[in-house]
Amino acid sequence: MLKIIVCIKQVPETQDVRLDPVTHTLKREGIKSIINPFDLYAVEEALRVKEAQGGKVTLLTMGPPQAEEALREALGYGPDAAVLLSDRAFAGADTWATALTLGRAIEKLGGADLIFTGKQAIDGDTAQVGPMLAAILNIPFVAWARKLTFTDNNRLQVERMMDHGYDAVEVELPALITVVKEINEPRMPSFKAKLKAKKEPIPVWGLNDLGFQPEQVGLAGSFTQVVKVFPPPARGQSETWEGPAPELAARLWQRLKEMGRS
Amino acid sequence: MDYLLTEEQQMLRDLARQITNERIKPIRAELDEEETFPWDIMNDLAQADLCGTVIPEEYGGLGLGCLENVLVLEALAMGCVGVATTYAASFLGAYPLLLYGSEDQKQKYLPPIAKGEALAAFALTEAQAGSDAGAIQATAVKDGDFYVLNGAKQWITNAGEAEIYTVIAVTDRVKGARGASALVLEKSDPGVSFGKKEKKMGIRASTTREMILEEARIPRDRLISKEGMGFIVTMKTLDNARPGAGALAVGLAQEALDEAAAFAKERHQFGVPIIHFQAVQHLLADMATKVEAARALVYAVARYIDTRPKDYTKVAAMSKLFPTDMAMQVTVDAVQVMGGHGYMREYPVEKMMRDAKILQIYEGTNQIMRNIIGLALNKEYSKKK
Ligand SMILES: Cc1cc2nc3c(=O)[nH]c(=O)nc-3n(C[C@H](O)[C@H](O)[C@H](O)COP(=O)(O)OP(=O)(O)OC[C@H]3O[C@@H](n4cnc5c(N)ncnc54)[C@H](O)[C@@H]3O)c2cc1C
Repeated sequence: MLKIIVCIKQVPETQDVRLDPVTHTLKREGIKSIINPFDLYAVEEALRVKEAQGGKVTLLTMGPPQAEEALREALGYGPDAAVLLSDRAFAGADTWATALTLGRAIEKLGGADLIFTGKQAIDGDTAQVGPMLAAILNIPFVAWARKLTFTDNNRLQVERMMDHGYDAVEVELPALITVVKEINEPRMPSFKAKLKAKKEPIPVWGLNDLGFQPEQVGLAGSFTQVVKVFPPPARGQSETWEGPAPELAARLWQRLKEMGRS
Repeated sequence: MDYLLTEEQQMLRDLARQITNERIKPIRAELDEEETFPWDIMNDLAQADLCGTVIPEEYGGLGLGCLENVLVLEALAMGCVGVATTYAASFLGAYPLLLYGSEDQKQKYLPPIAKGEALAAFALTEAQAGSDAGAIQATAVKDGDFYVLNGAKQWITNAGEAEIYTVIAVTDRVKGARGASALVLEKSDPGVSFGKKEKKMGIRASTTREMILEEARIPRDRLISKEGMGFIVTMKTLDNARPGAGALAVGLAQEALDEAAAFAKERHQFGVPIIHFQAVQHLLADMATKVEAARALVYAVARYIDTRPKDYTKVAAMSKLFPTDMAMQVTVDAVQVMGGHGYMREYPVEKMMRDAKILQIYEGTNQIMRNIIGLALNKEYSKKK
C-alpha cells in the first residue's frame, strides 16, 4: 500500500498574466482558473502507480479558498482524497514558504512513499517547489521524469529528461518526482468519480492546523521577493556533436579559434 | 439558452465536451482522411463512464435517461459525427436487450457494453430491405436447442468491430411482419463473418460493413423476447434512438454555425469583416434560429420520453426529422458563408456537410419519418371525430 501524494496548483488559464504592480505577484481576479497542466500528468502517473502497485492517492494544494475547485476537478480523474491548505497568512508565499507549508501538511498526513508534482507551474514557471519540498522533507527527488519503472517494491528507475536525451537514475522511496508531459497521456475524468468528488469532504488546514507562526509562512515567511519580471533573453544557437572525445576536443578547439578570429 | 439542466446533467455534458475538445477535435480530420476506427476515443468514453449512460446501474451503467443521452450525443457530434455514430450505434444494439432482454441476457451482455469493454451493433437492413424492413430475407430456424441463421445484413454500423449484435431475422415466413424475431449474436459465433469496409461520403470514422450469416448456430436462449416480436423490438428501439439522431444533428449544426460565424468575423472583403454584410448576417441568423429550434425540440421530446409515455413514435420521428433536415441546410449554408475556404479540406465545414447527409438517411429516411408522422396524424384525427 503505497502512500502517494500529488501536489497540484490552480493557475490562471490565460497566457498573458498580469502582475500586481505593488507585490509583483500574479493578479488572478476575473481570470478563469485551471489545474496547472503539468500537474495532470503528475496525477495520472500517481494513478498508474497506484493501479500497478496498490496504494492511496491524496491530492494536496495550497491556495485561496477557490483552489478547492481544482481539487474537486482533479478528484474527477480518480484520486482517493484531497486536502486544501488555505489561510490568509499563507498568501504571498514564495517557493520556499510554499514548500515549507506543503511539507508540514505532508508530515501531518503521516508522510508519503511517493510525492509527485508537475515539473513547474505555468504561472510562476520556477520549477522550485518540488525540489525544495524534497529538501525540506529530507528525501531524494528526481525532477523532469519522463518514465518510471519499479525495480523492486521501493526502488524506482527514472528516466530524467534532458535537453538532449535522458539520464537514467535510480532512487529509493520515499522520494519526490516532478514529471514532464512526455511521461504519460492523462486519462479522461470519469463521471462516477466526478459525482463522488462533488460530495467528497475536503479538509481545509490553516496556520493553526499546521502549527505555524504567522511570520513563518506566506509573504512574511518568504526569503525572496519578486522585484521585476521580464522574459529571459533568447538562448543562442546551440549544436550537439557526437563522437570520440579526442575528435570532439579537436573540433571544439578549431571552432573556438575560428570564433576568436571573427 | 438555458434549458434548466440539473447540475448533474451539466456535468455530464461538460465531460462529453471535454472529450470532444481534447480528444476528438484534434484528430477528426485525420480520422476522416484515413477512415480509421476511433478505438482510442471509444476507450476515452469508456474511461469517462459514458458507455453506459442509459444502461441501469445494476448492469454497470449510469441509469440515466433519454435527455442525458441526447446531451452527450450533441456534445460528441460537435467533435465528429463519425465518432458519435460509432458510439450511438452501440446503444442501438443495446436497446433491444435493455427493453426486451431476459434477466440472464441483461446480466450477460449489458455490463460489458456499459463498461465500454464491448461495442454493440444493430443489424436489420438487407440488400432488398431498406426502408421496407418487412422485406428481410435472413432466416433463423429453430433446431432443437439452437437457432440456425442464414442471410446477409447490409451496411451495419460497427460490424466487425462490435462484439455483440442484435439481429432481426425471419422465424416464420408465413406470418409476415409477425414472423420476424430479434436475436443476440456474438462476433465469435460460428458462421458469423463480415464483408469489406464500405467507402462512404462522410462519417468515415464510423465503420459500415456487411454481416454475413452462414449456418450460424446459436443457443436458443439468444432469442430476445418471443418469436414474432422482431418488428416490435425494432420499432421501440428506433423510437428510443431517434432523438439521439436529432441530437447528433444539433451538435453538428451548432459546430458548423460556430465555425461559420467565427470565420465571418475574421474574413475581410471590401474593407470590412464579411459579417457586416446583411446577406451574411441573415444566413447566420437563420442558421442560429434553426439550430435553437431543433435543440428545443430534441430536448422536449427526450424529456417527454423520460416520463415513460405509452406511445411516442410520432414525436420520436419528429425529433429526428426536423433536426436532421436542419443540419443538412445549416452545414450547406456554413460552407456558403465561408466561400472557397469552406470548400477546402483545411477547414472543418466541408466534412460537416458530408457528415450531415447520413443523418437524413439512417435510422429511417426522412421520407419514412414523414410517413410515420402522417400515419399517426391520420390515426389521431380519425379518433377525434
Ligand atoms: C452509413 C450507414 C449506416 C447504416 N447503419 C445501419 C445499421 O447499423 N443497422 C441497420 O440495420 N441499417 C443501417 N443502415 C441502413 C439504413 O438504415 C438504410 O439505408 C435506410 O433505412 C434506408 O434504406 P435504403 O438505403 O435501402 O433506401 P431505400 O429504402 O431504397 O430508399 C431509397 C429512397 O426511397 C425513399 N423511399 C423508400 N420507401 C419509401 C416510402 N414508402 N415512402 C416514401 N419514400 C420512400 C427513401 O426515403 C429514399 O429516399 C445504414 C446505412 C448507412 C448508409
